[in-house]
Amino acid sequence: MAAESGKIDPMHQFEVTPLGGGFNLGGHEVLFTNSALWMVIAAVVLGLFMWGGMRRQLVPGRWQAAVEGFTGFISNMMMANIGTEGRKYTPYVFSLFMFILFCNLLGMLPLGVLGLHPFTVTSHIAITGVLALLSFSIVLVVGFWRHGLHFFSLFVPHGTPLPMIPFIAVIEFISFMIRPFSLGLRLFVAMTAGHVLLKVLSGFVINGFNAENAVIGSVVSLLSFTLMIGISALELLVAGIQAYVFALLTSLYINDAVNLH
Amino acid sequence: MPQIAQLTADNWYLASQLFWLLVVFAGIYVVIGRGMLPKIEATVDARDRKVADDLAAAKAAHAAADALEESYRQQGDASRAAAQKAVSDAKDKAAKDAEKRLAKVDAELGEKLAAAEADVSAARSSAMAEIESVAAEAASELVARLSGVKVAAADAKSAVKAVLHG
Repeated sequence: MAAESGKIDPMHQFEVTPLGGGFNLGGHEVLFTNSALWMVIAAVVLGLFMWGGMRRQLVPGRWQAAVEGFTGFISNMMMANIGTEGRKYTPYVFSLFMFILFCNLLGMLPLGVLGLHPFTVTSHIAITGVLALLSFSIVLVVGFWRHGLHFFSLFVPHGTPLPMIPFIAVIEFISFMIRPFSLGLRLFVAMTAGHVLLKVLSGFVINGFNAENAVIGSVVSLLSFTLMIGISALELLVAGIQAYVFALLTSLYINDAVNLH
Repeated sequence: MPQIAQLTADNWYLASQLFWLLVVFAGIYVVIGRGMLPKIEATVDARDRKVADDLAAAKAAHAAADALEESYRQQGDASRAAAQKAVSDAKDKAAKDAEKRLAKVDAELGEKLAAAEADVSAARSSAMAEIESVAAEAASELVARLSGVKVAAADAKSAVKAVLHG
């Protein structure tokens, strides 16, 4: 929010700034950044949320019911997509889902009012890409571990006519290799686009009130502000949906590795 | 665009991002995914099992209650039938006893009646004999008083007998 001389840079919110604590790791300087801070905050908030649901009562209270709702949501998804073997991968997919969800939601907090700068960790392709690569590597490792070279039969769906096999296999292979990129890009793009949109609209609000023509400027500001309220609600929805999509696609990809086609 | 810049240029914060992401995500995976999630799932599973067990127990108790009621009903029927049989048996036996006793009493009464009749006829004949002798005495005394003739007792007797028996 570099509001210098009325100019607002919607990209400034994605800037990573060092907060100190640097050390050298294999020739790279590793610093504690605002990105790392928000990851840690997400982890701590998530930990507190989960800790509140650990009372293990037979009849759950509200908090425990909420936590069990999340765990049940993910374990049902794993059960439906993979089967009983899916339970093994529930911890990973649950961690992934909750981490992405909390990062998405924490990035939406209106802390700018207090002068703080909330950083959306998932709006960086470096982060989402690594998470996507992690999912993809799990798929590869599990697939080759369980099926060996038979895992390549994934590229030839059942009932493909013999002359079509070379073409289908190439297409399936490309679509398989593209998975980590689409997985990482989808989350990154959704988060970035939403935050840029909000920032641009908030720029309209500020510039509208500062405009020379006060009447038109105010109208623009009020309209933009109304739009911002709606889009904020939409972005909250998108935060949940994108975390769900990431977890759902990961579970479907793991299903390919576990059960083939 | 800072997100793309860190991938293309030799940027200072890519290493920091990846390092902290791996540290934080590994922490979340170990502490929450491996530590907390199984406990919560175990709680949910235990609850589901408890509910299923309780439902099964309730169903079993229901079936047991039904069986108990059935056996109770059968027992009731059986005991009612037994009671009816006992009553009819007792009735039969009582009727038979009464018949037997009645017959016995009847026979005794018959005997008594016969004995009494015999007594009566014996008494009558002895009374008759006495009357005869008394009448004979009286007749002979009368005759003696009136005529001074002594009549032999045997004659008097035969005369009285002839009069009495026509």
